[in-house]
Amino acid sequence: MKGIIDQLDKAFESRVRLGLMSVLAVNDWVEFGELKQLLDVTDGNLASHVSALEKKGFIEVRKKFVGKKPNTSFAATKQGKEAFANHINALEQLLKSQG
Amino acid sequence: MEDKTASLEALKDIKSMMERSSRFISLSGLSGVFSGVFALLGAAAAYWRVNIAPWAIRDTHTQFGTGKIVRIDYDVAVFLALDALIVLTCSIALAWFFTRKKALKNNLPLWSKHSKHLLINLSIPLVSGGLFCVILFYHGLIGLIAPSTLVFYGLSLLNAGKFTLEEISYLGLSEIILGLLSLFFLGYGLIFWALGFGLLHIVYGILMYLRHDR
Repeated sequence: MKGIIDQLDKAFESRVRLGLMSVLAVNDWVEFGELKQLLDVTDGNLASHVSALEKKGFIEVRKKFVGKKPNTSFAATKQGKEAFANHINALEQLLKSQG
Repeated sequence: MEDKTASLEALKDIKSMMERSSRFISLSGLSGVFSGVFALLGAAAAYWRVNIAPWAIRDTHTQFGTGKIVRIDYDVAVFLALDALIVLTCSIALAWFFTRKKALKNNLPLWSKHSKHLLINLSIPLVSGGLFCVILFYHGLIGLIAPSTLVFYGLSLLNAGKFTLEEISYLGLSEIILGLLSLFFLGYGLIFWALGFGLLHIVYGILMYLRHDR
């Protein structure tokens, strides 16, 4: 039991981060505004979760300028996708183990 | 026990977020049901008009026909075209209405990159098919029009199915099979139209409604 719980990645503990990684796992590059709308969070909330995951090396950030407006997009790194897949596996194991 | 509920919740969240973010899932099953009903009404109207009109060509086998060059009365052609146009307009209007309602309910945008992908991938084969049928009409190959509309419509749905609910792909496959079958029964285009645009829409519409809308 203990072993499985240890496999759950602390980085994905919050619902917002879980949602963020879910979106990035199945999409290439997703814009800030779209993520905000999908996850239903505020700018500041999203920004703090994004930077935490970026520090871990789980997501990449790309900044572009469309005219004068900054346009920020995000993508999951290979490392991030692997970590997320492991996290999902651990969740499934946990479900099975307790019958 | 708490861990179990929590991880089940988390997995559900993950799955729903993946779906919400990668496909256009607001497509309403009810719109399928209603377009099916409109199609059946339209087919009934066409049947009534073609059979009753005294100057329509008598031999029904050549009329909807054998693929040979046939004369089709101008009045009948106009009636059928108007009939189809009304069915199409009503279907699109209700599809828009129900889909918008579902999108609002799920708090998802109606006009997103996913709905754009969906429309583009639906439109290209569909418009090609439409032009193909116009050219068939130009050559007088009336009998081939019904099978062609079904096959092209099926291919369009199959193409669009990648960007929305999976039932759309299966509906597409069914339309293709029906279209190919109808090539063997050239005199019965109207019946196959009623089956393809009427019955199949109703069946898949109900299926989608039960699985996704409630």
